[in-house]
Amino acid sequence: MTTTPEQKKEPSIGADASKPFVLKPFVEIINISKNFDNFVAVSGINLQIAEGEIFALLGSSGCGKSTLLRMLAGLETPTTGEIIIDGQDMASIPPFKRPINMMFQSYALFPHMTVEKNVAFGLKQDRVPKKQIKERVMEILKLVEMEAYAKRKSHQLSGGQMQRVALARILVKRPKLLLLDEPMAALDKKLRAQMQIELVDILEDVGVTCIMVTHDQEEAMTMASRIAVMDKGSIIQTGPPSVVYEFPNSRFTAEFIGSVNLFHGKIVEDAADHAIIRCEEIENDVYIDHGVTGTADMLVSVAIRPEKMIVTHDKPDEKYNWTQGIVEDIVYLGSFSTYYVKLTNGKRAIATQANLNRTIHERPTWEQKVYLSWLPVSGVMLTK
Amino acid sequence: MIGKLKKYLPEGRTLVIAIPLVWMLLFFLIPFAIVLKISFSEMMTAIPPFSTLWKYADEMLNVKLNMGNYLFLLTDDLYISAYINSVKMATLSTVFCLLIGYPMAYSIANASPTVRNILLLGIVLPSWTSFLIRIYAWIGILKNNGLFNNFLMGLGVIDQPLIILNTNIAVYIGIVYAYLPFMILPLYTNLVKHDHTLLEAAYDLGARPWKSFLAITIPLSFPGIVAGSMLIFIPVVGEFVIPELLGGSETLMIGRVLWQEFFNNRDWPVASAVAIIMLLLLAIPVAVFHHYQSKEAL
Repeated sequence: MTTTPEQKKEPSIGADASKPFVLKPFVEIINISKNFDNFVAVSGINLQIAEGEIFALLGSSGCGKSTLLRMLAGLETPTTGEIIIDGQDMASIPPFKRPINMMFQSYALFPHMTVEKNVAFGLKQDRVPKKQIKERVMEILKLVEMEAYAKRKSHQLSGGQMQRVALARILVKRPKLLLLDEPMAALDKKLRAQMQIELVDILEDVGVTCIMVTHDQEEAMTMASRIAVMDKGSIIQTGPPSVVYEFPNSRFTAEFIGSVNLFHGKIVEDAADHAIIRCEEIENDVYIDHGVTGTADMLVSVAIRPEKMIVTHDKPDEKYNWTQGIVEDIVYLGSFSTYYVKLTNGKRAIATQANLNRTIHERPTWEQKVYLSWLPVSGVMLTK
Repeated sequence: MIGKLKKYLPEGRTLVIAIPLVWMLLFFLIPFAIVLKISFSEMMTAIPPFSTLWKYADEMLNVKLNMGNYLFLLTDDLYISAYINSVKMATLSTVFCLLIGYPMAYSIANASPTVRNILLLGIVLPSWTSFLIRIYAWIGILKNNGLFNNFLMGLGVIDQPLIILNTNIAVYIGIVYAYLPFMILPLYTNLVKHDHTLLEAAYDLGARPWKSFLAITIPLSFPGIVAGSMLIFIPVVGEFVIPELLGGSETLMIGRVLWQEFFNNRDWPVASAVAIIMLLLLAIPVAVFHHYQSKEAL
């Protein structure tokens, strides 16, 4: 593993989310809605997913992501809309006939069966000949490195091993689409990081299209080639992790993915190649030189990621993009430190700085007056 | 003073275990020993109506064990067929209870919590009435001019009353009716704990609902099936009241034989031997029961 999964996949998908989807969609979700009595769980979702993609639905609990996944598996019936997989409409196909398999959050391994029998279960339902079942089960157990545990029962396995078995159980059926419901939720933190990368490796080996649901943005960004951020049953933004992080389209996305400094203000100058925004919370105007559309006097928010804030003792020479404040709190995290800076008008800003030098004399300390500045490319203007 | 005493008093932990142990000793082990002793004695017309097993006289301990009662049981057809018949009736009743009780337990376990409690109450409520009265009520239902026959004749389905009372059918009806809750309750306790996602996973892997039920729900409810079956099989083998009230002369069950030996023939030694053999017969299913109980505890 020398490259992260994200880097490996980028060429095939393309980092620019503003371009329309060029690949032939393999999974098409058309205007899907689901109501439970009077509660709207999912409302009018449209999604297209390409073959071989690992796609993440990211959102907090209750945002409808699991309901969407269950509708794909056929465990819930959509109120309206269509699901088309590889050109086939899923509406009339019951869950046990869909070419889709789901890994449940609890893994749902059958406790009365051995690992081997769990994995063989799906093939038995398809009436695969016995000899073939044995071969395929062993082959897939080898892939997930669980062949030594074939005779064990699920209560004799650790969380990570259970996850591998659950994965083997669905992969062995060679589904067209794999659904993962919070795949890492049952694992402890350290194992999670390791399994995220291993899981992606396995999925890429097999080359299966995969939709996963998670509330953990780090997990989504590690594993998925594209992310859909969901809130209240709708998709807020779709794109590769880097785009969703660097170019959030709304305050919700900006705040949900990573931490962010949000300043509210209005556009004072709007030109073709830049915009200047005046925020009351910042002493100087904000100059943004990219992706800006808006009219003068429009109320907007400016999002600046903490790692793009530069903390200095000296006053910057620039006309734009800086403000001053007092260091209130410092969280030292080894490779970097997070500074909580109280701006002159009382708002708190967050800045993270890499700890490149070992001496601590240079770094700002508590109650010190500092200047926060950022580059024209760093700010993102949000209209929603 | 108390400090000194404490050394000799057992610990609290020991005391807690001692209570059930003393209970078992007083109400199971000692009576069992007495019955075992009587089963090896000879019948006598005396009070008590059996001989003593040992005598000590002239520095001689004479122990006299009478094997005759057991040999008598093995040679007499009546007892052997009574045992076989009891086991057969207990087995069939258990199967009927399972076939009727499983769907009931399953639907209760899958009902919404409020409905579930009402249904459970419905299962338990009849047992608030005396067992004897409920069995008596069946006489009124099953007899020739009883509710059931009058109902069928009123509908014109039959023109002669069906003879049900005082047959084995009436005994089966009575046993299944009386023991059904003992099947439903342990099954319900098991089924209500089932994780629904296991069934969803089975559908997802390609199993139809019926197949998933057979492959997932039934095997996982096995401890409940065993518990319910044992709770019915064991008491039904020795059941006396139901065959006595609802059965006829054809209904040969070990409970009735025991009663006759004890009260009609006043042959305590043979009655004791009958009881001991019955206990041994039941020890096997009880051992199976415990085996699965300990398995479920895992």
